[in-house]
Amino acid sequence: MVRILYFASLRENLGLADESINEPVTTVAELLDLLAQRGQLWDEQLRQNTRLQIAVNQTMTKREAAITTGDEIAFFPPVTGG
Amino acid sequence: MQTDDFDVNAQMLQLRQGNASIGAIAAFVGLVRDLNEGSTVSTMTLEHYAGMTEKSLIDIASQAQNRWPLQGITIIHRVGELNPTEQIVLVLTASAHRHAAFESAMFIMDYLKSQAPFWKKEATPEGARWVDARESDETALARWQ
Repeated sequence: MVRILYFASLRENLGLADESINEPVTTVAELLDLLAQRGQLWDEQLRQNTRLQIAVNQTMTKREAAITTGDEIAFFPPVTGG
Repeated sequence: MQTDDFDVNAQMLQLRQGNASIGAIAAFVGLVRDLNEGSTVSTMTLEHYAGMTEKSLIDIASQAQNRWPLQGITIIHRVGELNPTEQIVLVLTASAHRHAAFESAMFIMDYLKSQAPFWKKEATPEGARWVDARESDETALARWQ
């Protein structure tokens, strides 16, 4: 099981802040493929989104990153603090 | 991370209290403007990724500490709803000499702007909108790498 968090415009566009999934996934890219199967909105907002930012266990990473049970994966747009 | 405002002078006093080896403190304060991308901004809401935000700010501070001889660093970032003229972010860097203080404060802000998980949403007469990340922030970061 992995926990997924969505922030800012992604959270609003997908209408979801967080969820847990039980399907076995070994990389972020695999997780994105799985989520994209939910429909066009999910595909566009996540898998096809070239500006998508990814954090695994609160550290920024890339789509190739390995993930395992218990991980916290966050998806968000480029940050705009400061 | 806090929703409350901060007192720059009180923070500065706290940072240098009793430390006679500090010869310079650089301070950066970020403020909410009333105009962005041609629209008037009535309020700004700052969202963050609790947990990761703290982690990334600590990481940025320790990178600064490894690059410059610093006696202390203060980073305060506000979240929640803010109005124009309000303070958003404070960075204080203390060192024996000014160059380390100035440079490390710029470094911390450049990293914070492109790495720390905060997002701004503006309320304007045309409706609410998420602030878009600027390419110039990435360019600013690149010069430190």
